[in-house]
Amino acid sequence: MIYLDNSATTKPFKEVIDSFTKVASSYYGNPSSLHQMGGQAEKLLSQAHSQIAKLLGVKTNEIVFTSGGTEGNNLAIKGIAMEHRKRGKHIITTEVEHDSVRNSFKQLEELGFDVTYIPVDAEGRVNSLDVEQAIRFDTILVSVIHINNEVGTIQPIREIGRLLKDYPKIYFHVDHVQGVGKLPLNFYECGIDLCTISGHKFHGLKGTGALFIRDGIKISSLLSGGGQETERRSGTENVAGMVAMAKALRMTLDLREQKFAQLTEILGTIKSGLKQLPDVCIHSPEENSAPHILNFSIKGIKSEVFVHALEEKGIYVSTTSACSSKRNAPSKTLLAMGVPVEQAERAIRISLSYENTMQEAEILIQAVSESVKRLREVMN
Amino acid sequence: MLYDHIVIRYGEISTKGRNRNKFIDKLRKSVKRAIQDFPKATVKSERDRMYVLLNGEDGVEVAEKLKKVFGIQSLSPAIKVEKDIEKMKDAALELFTHLYKEGKTFKITGKRSDKTFELTTNDINQEFGGHLLKNVPGLKVDVRNPDINLQIEIRAEAAYLSAENIRGAAGLPVGSGGKAMLMLSGGIDSPVAGYLSMKRGLEVEGVHFASPPFTSERAKQKVIDLTEKLADVSGKMVLHIVPFTEIQRTIQKQVPENYTMTTTRRLMLRITDRLREQHGGLAIITGESLGQVASQTLESMYAINEVTSTPIIRPLIATDKTDIMEIAAKIDTLEISNLPYEDCCTVFVPSSPKTKPKLEKVQHYESYFDFEPLIEKAVSETETIIVIPGMSQKEEEDLF
Repeated sequence: MIYLDNSATTKPFKEVIDSFTKVASSYYGNPSSLHQMGGQAEKLLSQAHSQIAKLLGVKTNEIVFTSGGTEGNNLAIKGIAMEHRKRGKHIITTEVEHDSVRNSFKQLEELGFDVTYIPVDAEGRVNSLDVEQAIRFDTILVSVIHINNEVGTIQPIREIGRLLKDYPKIYFHVDHVQGVGKLPLNFYECGIDLCTISGHKFHGLKGTGALFIRDGIKISSLLSGGGQETERRSGTENVAGMVAMAKALRMTLDLREQKFAQLTEILGTIKSGLKQLPDVCIHSPEENSAPHILNFSIKGIKSEVFVHALEEKGIYVSTTSACSSKRNAPSKTLLAMGVPVEQAERAIRISLSYENTMQEAEILIQAVSESVKRLREVMN
Repeated sequence: MLYDHIVIRYGEISTKGRNRNKFIDKLRKSVKRAIQDFPKATVKSERDRMYVLLNGEDGVEVAEKLKKVFGIQSLSPAIKVEKDIEKMKDAALELFTHLYKEGKTFKITGKRSDKTFELTTNDINQEFGGHLLKNVPGLKVDVRNPDINLQIEIRAEAAYLSAENIRGAAGLPVGSGGKAMLMLSGGIDSPVAGYLSMKRGLEVEGVHFASPPFTSERAKQKVIDLTEKLADVSGKMVLHIVPFTEIQRTIQKQVPENYTMTTTRRLMLRITDRLREQHGGLAIITGESLGQVASQTLESMYAINEVTSTPIIRPLIATDKTDIMEIAAKIDTLEISNLPYEDCCTVFVPSSPKTKPKLEKVQHYESYFDFEPLIEKAVSETETIIVIPGMSQKEEEDLF
């Protein structure tokens, strides 16, 4: 089996599952309980906080644990919008966001917020000047994805952050779900106020995530209750999951040190291999693109058909983002880039992890080439 | 990174006379401990400077560790070069281009402790400034407020080039001033008092009073966590945990309610003094700040202090709470101190403690009961642990 759908989710590391099992079975106390068992659980939880904060280069009290990317994005966007709505009701995002961001903005629009969606160029990238031009006196939030999950375009986060430094009243949220462990961001240097990560995208478990909220920033909470996570995210903490996530992040960043060059090389091999096949069109940008995501389409073959054709050979890839692929809708990112609908319907996404090998890349290229040939025979 | 040295400048140590070597030796130990995670780096100490030879370790990370070491006035990541003007020019240019970004201004600060060197300080500034201006297009000088201040120091053995003067933690090397016992409750003040004492060169051992089941395991853990933060400064710290339940119960029975607090403090002080004697300390440190609570009025201190003639050091005596909190935040203990567990001072707090206790009265109340056997028992049953930074992490290391 060759798993190339790592942007949808990754395989949890064995060591991560071991930590989860150990904590879930031995330290099952509620961190809020006063007794010893509660104390142990609380200690593990605070250790998970400080480890993740340290790995991300931020302060411990700036990390709020969540259930994942979707919750992190919702909490950041709605939390800021609700808390600061009296100051202004204009919010800005891009046309190439993950659904959890896009639909949060849609929901806020229905509640009376004014949203500007920044368009992208043919590579799926926003221009920071467009962001600046969209700013109004009543703008309170700008939310931009770091690495687009469908084609891999890297957005100019640093530039946008720098220009927003002149607007201290505007909060800057970044969806870093695809970037973490691949292209780390320095949150402070990039002027980021809120930043979302998700555990299962770096070999942690589903249902785990974290939101960075810069010291001193107030947000409304979405979940009301016992005031866990310093009043910002109520609900009994998922201690085992968070310990597992802390370990997954450490291991992923270690792997990055060793294998980043290899990852880029593998993606490069796949890219040049695919380019040599007739009728293949690469949608991921040539430069400033993620080291682990490649989006392409094949003339005349619908993506769903092709995903299943590769699956027969034991290779797992996806059509668009996992969240939208079931709905069979063409990639919104590709459409925003100006790719015609018929072509967008043929898009295939390959996404790597540090565990993929060069050999797998070669098998993939071979398999794509064979499948194309075979499908063409049937379809002609 | 191209830095190969870190230059460490002594602060107050350099004013010491005959004891100077002792101070330098202590500082050297502190420095070695602070950078133990960088095995390739070595330390060389001289009369008025100390050098860390990086041998390939990351200069920025090492400097980050050194910033916290007491006894260092300032430090600079530096490049060591032979005292050959051409070689020095090459090195200066290399370092400079590494730091330079378009639009930045610079100046050269030459310094010459080796007076036999062929260039004077002024010559150095001109010679090297000219070299940079020639080789970096668009570069501008600003002697008042430069973005980059390239320092060139000529010493007997070599020249050192650096561009940054990082402020050190100042103070005196830990342990250069003897040992004292710190009464550590778990509140905000006592860790700060401990920290400030360490800064003046004291070796500090913590004393904590635990009253299970009135106080919980978590309150004890909190004190261990605080000790761990302080141990960051000195590499390790001894913590004594005194079982105090029996004494506290007895006080409740023997002493009128409004005097229980005064007696409790007196007994704590007696026990601490006993531990101090056992472990070779010469003073007791507390986090008391004048007038903050009932036990910290002048009258209370007078009544409590009477049990010992050992010097009691109160680094915070004239410091406001908000200023104390600021330091606590800086040394990372505030968050831990704010955790809401009961300690033995809060559990048995009387509804209206005397703010002006009378010494004769407290002596009179205590005279009805012989506390000595209880004190001896508490001292002998005291648990002593050695706290090392990162210790709490180690227990569950495989989980993370």
